[in-house]
This record gives sequence, structure tokens and C-alpha cells, in this order.
Amino acid sequence: MSRVLVGVKRVIDYAVKVRVKPDHSGVVTDGVKHSMNPFCEIAVEEAVKLKEKKLFKEVVAVSCGPAQATETIRTALAMGCDRGIHVEVTGKDYESLGPLQVSKIFAALAKKEEASLVILGKQAIDDDCNQTGQMTAALLDWPQGTFASEVEIEGDKVKVVREIDGGLETIKINMPAVVTADLRLNTPRYATLPNIMKAKKKKIANMKPADLGVDIVSRLEVLRVDEPPTRLAGVKVETVDDLVAKLKESGTI
Amino acid sequence: CGCKSFSSLAELPEMHQMMRQTCRDYADRELAPIAGKLDKEHLFPAQQVHELGSMGVMAVEVPEELGGAGMDYLAYALAVEEISRGCGSTGCVVSVNNSLYIGPILKFGTQEQKEQWITPFTTGEKVGCFALSEPGNGSDAGAASTSARQEGDEWVLNGTKAWITNSWDASAVVVFASTDKSLKHKGISAFLVPMPHPGLSLGKKEDKLGIRATSTANIILDDCRIPLGNMLGSPGAGFKIAMQTLDSGRIGIASQALGIAQAALDCAADYAHKRTAFGAPIGKLQAVQFKLADMAVAVESARLLTWKAAMLKDAKKPFTKEAAMAKLAASEAATFCSHQSIQVLGGMGYVTDMPAERHYRDARITEIYEGTSEIQRLVIAGQLLKENAP
Repeated sequence: MSRVLVGVKRVIDYAVKVRVKPDHSGVVTDGVKHSMNPFCEIAVEEAVKLKEKKLFKEVVAVSCGPAQATETIRTALAMGCDRGIHVEVTGKDYESLGPLQVSKIFAALAKKEEASLVILGKQAIDDDCNQTGQMTAALLDWPQGTFASEVEIEGDKVKVVREIDGGLETIKINMPAVVTADLRLNTPRYATLPNIMKAKKKKIANMKPADLGVDIVSRLEVLRVDEPPTRLAGVKVETVDDLVAKLKESGTI
Repeated sequence: CGCKSFSSLAELPEMHQMMRQTCRDYADRELAPIAGKLDKEHLFPAQQVHELGSMGVMAVEVPEELGGAGMDYLAYALAVEEISRGCGSTGCVVSVNNSLYIGPILKFGTQEQKEQWITPFTTGEKVGCFALSEPGNGSDAGAASTSARQEGDEWVLNGTKAWITNSWDASAVVVFASTDKSLKHKGISAFLVPMPHPGLSLGKKEDKLGIRATSTANIILDDCRIPLGNMLGSPGAGFKIAMQTLDSGRIGIASQALGIAQAALDCAADYAHKRTAFGAPIGKLQAVQFKLADMAVAVESARLLTWKAAMLKDAKKPFTKEAAMAKLAASEAATFCSHQSIQVLGGMGYVTDMPAERHYRDARITEIYEGTSEIQRLVIAGQLLKENAP
């Protein structure tokens, strides 16, 4: 018990200019810089902070993907996670891997590892799905505190301050629970050199989805990927009447 | 985690890649945005040095038991390059603390000296400096006139040291002084002096062309008394200690120069995409392309030389020639790249709105300190001729 599971996703680095493949089947990933999803970094930081406050004994970092996913796990270890689990998914399976399959994997691992808390980033910056945390909680029938900007453990409950459209909502949920991290939850630490050295010795277990009894066949098929339309120049008008006339003209109102 | 063969330089080991990334992230987010201000206001980056200390960057090679990161020299070279890419001055502070101050104590100090003079300097709270040059001699290090005489259970130091980087911000200095001038360079010994200390005073801060966030000044020793236990290494070993320290320090300065060169190249390449002339981005013009290509080759070749020197040092093989080659190549790459970077930027390269002019000013010192380019050429030729002797 007293274990936190953190999900980390390897995504194309936020600073890279993403290009669509010529066959429109997806985006170019070969030779492109990848790094840990920024919201996953925030999730790792929160998990490590909770452990440093002695509220949990162990933080386990999990990533689903090909061999390179271990780089992302290693970064999580260098930030202070204790050990890692690499769930290997490659090739076409990886291309079609989405929130539903990943949530099934996390749900299985949360049970297997007897985790009290699962912390994930609120969404990944490549697909912007914002689904995995919610689906994982539903599959486990656990409470969820999503878009967390504050997390506090109070006995066997978690107090989560959520960033919602109307402002901030504070909820208290029983553990075991799923929390997803939003931008203002914390500022992730830089991996220190001694921790990078320590990370070398930490274990990363390797397994396949089948080992967890999870079927990762996708129910979705991506038909086509396109670049967003190029932004056209706008038109300036002098008066409000002109504006209304133009909007009527374009059929917008 | 060291590289064992040259072919593995094609891809750095995972740990080195990770530490390079963490240093790059820090430099991009914390140093690059303030580098202009640090330069303009001659501000020592105390907070950043503290943060780098807590990351282990101020003592990369120091073993963990002494408070360091316990990594190798290749990791150190990578760290200095990435930090310098964000801020050339901060890279200099990191390099001086690691190579010139901690370096000789780690190599020649007693266990007690290491605990006293290294451990407090690993956290970024304190930095050290290195005092070899004097107003009367720079390249001619053997002609040191600063003296040390024994009086009872103390050494008494007298003399002036010049061009000491970090001096105004340091808490300790490794000073080279002669106990017997008749022995010429064999009479020089190394001493550890805390700062501040009675009998040690600082000259005015030099108003430098570049690396302006670092303090550079004379250190004046006027009957400065230190315990006998403050001698570093054996009597008369000072010159050897200085030369060996500079050998390693060269890899640090090469790395600093690489960081500045890369920053200048990145600046020019980015501008080439954005600036249009004659109806197209200037990156389409061959004149600009040729400059960028020449810059890239200069940086990459100097980088490989630097990594090779670091790897040889880590493998405990002779690396004097390679370190000198690295420092020579990298410093000339830094001045070349920063010069061409301004040229690519045109008028924008001449104003402080863009960092190109700062890279140009920061680069210049790398051809001078820790052994001028001319001295490097002498070192390289000396090694070459030794290898080729009939």
C-alpha cells in the first residue's frame, strides 16, 4: 500500500514545428525531438513531493510505448520516482494506441501494484484527448479529481482544488483515487546530476499489455490528418454598422 | 558511464544525454532570458549559481561523498557548454569553480583539505577562484614573483595577482607563490587562502569587453598569513599543479567557447528564416548559407575535439595535446561564429536588442584566458614534435 502510480507519456517536444506526413496518415515522428509530456512532468513532480512529505512510500512511473518510452521513464526516475514500468507497445499497435487502451493498462496496473493514488497529466499535448484519467477512474470505479491545481492528502481522503470554467472547485474524494494534473499544480524540478546518476540504478520492469490481460485493439481508425487551414488576412471596418453588415454578408449572423 | 571508444561519440550514453538535457532546459528557461540583463548591469548570477549548485553542476566531477555529482569529465564538458549557451558569464563561473578551483584540490589535496575546501563549494553557496597570473606575467607563468615565506607555523604571502575571475564573489582562492625564486618555476608552491582574509585585498573590478557578469580583479597579498597546512600539494610542485590544472581547465573553456559559438549560430540560423530580403528569407541566399555551413563545421569539429579530450582524461590517458587543440579550435570557432552571426544579422547584430553582439564580446576572452591561442599552439607543437622525435 501507500504507493503512487504516475503515468508519463513520450510526446513530440512542445517546441518542435510538427509536420504532416505526405500521405496524410499522421505526423512526422522520425528524427523529431521527443520529450516527456509537460503535464506528465507536473504529475511526476506532485507525486515526488507527496513522497518527500512522507505521505507515500513509493512512486512508480509507468509509460506505454516502444523502446524509447524507457527514456521518458528514466527522466521520471531522475526526478525522484523509485522505479518504472515499461508496457511495451510497438508498430501499428502503438500508432493506434489511445486513451481507452492506456486506461485499461493503467487500471490493471493500479490494481496489480495496489496503488492508493494514480496521478496523470490532464492531457497529452499531441492528441489533447483529456480522457485517460477519467477513463481510468471509471474502469476502476474510483473517484477522480481532474484539472487539479492543488492536491492535499487528508487522512484517507484527497482534497483537490480543480480549475474549471467558472473558477475553482474544491472537492474531497476517498482514496484510492485518480487525479489529473493541471498547469498550475506545481513547477516541475530540474533533474539534478546526482539524481540522474541514481536513476541509472533504479529498476524498470518490462511487460506487454497481454501480460496484464489487456486487449489493445483500437476501436478507432484515423482516416486523415491535415494541417490547420492557413490563417487568412482579416478585414478592418470603420463602424459598428459596417461590422454588422459584413457579418450578415458572410452569413455568420 | 564513460565512453570507451570514439565510435560511441556518435551517440552519447543515456546518462550524458539526460544531464545534457537538464542543463539545456535550465539554460533555456533560467539563463537565456536574463543573460542580457546580467551583462548590461555586470550582475553576478548568485541565485542561478545557487540553483546550479543544488543541481550538482558546480561540482560535476567531485565524488558524491564530498558533495559532488560524481560524474565524469565528459559530463562536465557537456554541462559547461549548455550553461554557456544560455549565458557565457555563468558558464565561466561554472568552469572556474569546477576546473580551476576544485580541480587542483581534488587532485592534489589531502582528505582533510578536500573536506574543508571542496565540500562547501559544491552547493553553489560558495565559489572559488584561481590566482596564477600577475601584472608582470601571464603566459610566462614560471616567472611568478608572489612570494611565500615560512614564519613559525604560518606561511606569509606577499605579492599581487592579476586578472582573477570570480575574485569579488569568491570565498577561497588557490594562489601560486614562490618560496625560493632562485629555483625559478621549481620554487613555486600552491596555497589555499580563504576569502575574505586579513592581508588579502581586492583591486578594482575590471571593466571588461565581455563576460561582464563575472568579476575580474587583482588580488593583493600584503603579509597575508595562513596556516602551514594550507599548502596544496608538496613544496615546489606549484608549477606542475598549475600546468596540470590548466590542461583540464582548457576543456572547460573549450566547452564555454562551444556554448557561445552554438548560441551565435542558433541566433543566425533563426534570423535567416525570418528576415526577408529581395523577396525571400535570407536563408535562401547562398552567401548566408555558406556562412552558416562554415559556422556549423567550425562548432561541430571543435566539439568533437573537446569530447575526445574529455574522454581521454576520463580514461586516464594523456590528453594535453588534445585539450590544447580543443581549446584552440573552440575559442577560434567562438570568435568566428559570433563574428559571422553579426554579419548575418546585419544592423540588428550590432544592437543590444539581439544577443549576437553579446556573444561577440563574450567569445573574445576564450582566445586569451587559460592559455592564449599562441600558447596552445606551442603546447600542440611541443607534443607533436615529441611524438615525431627521431
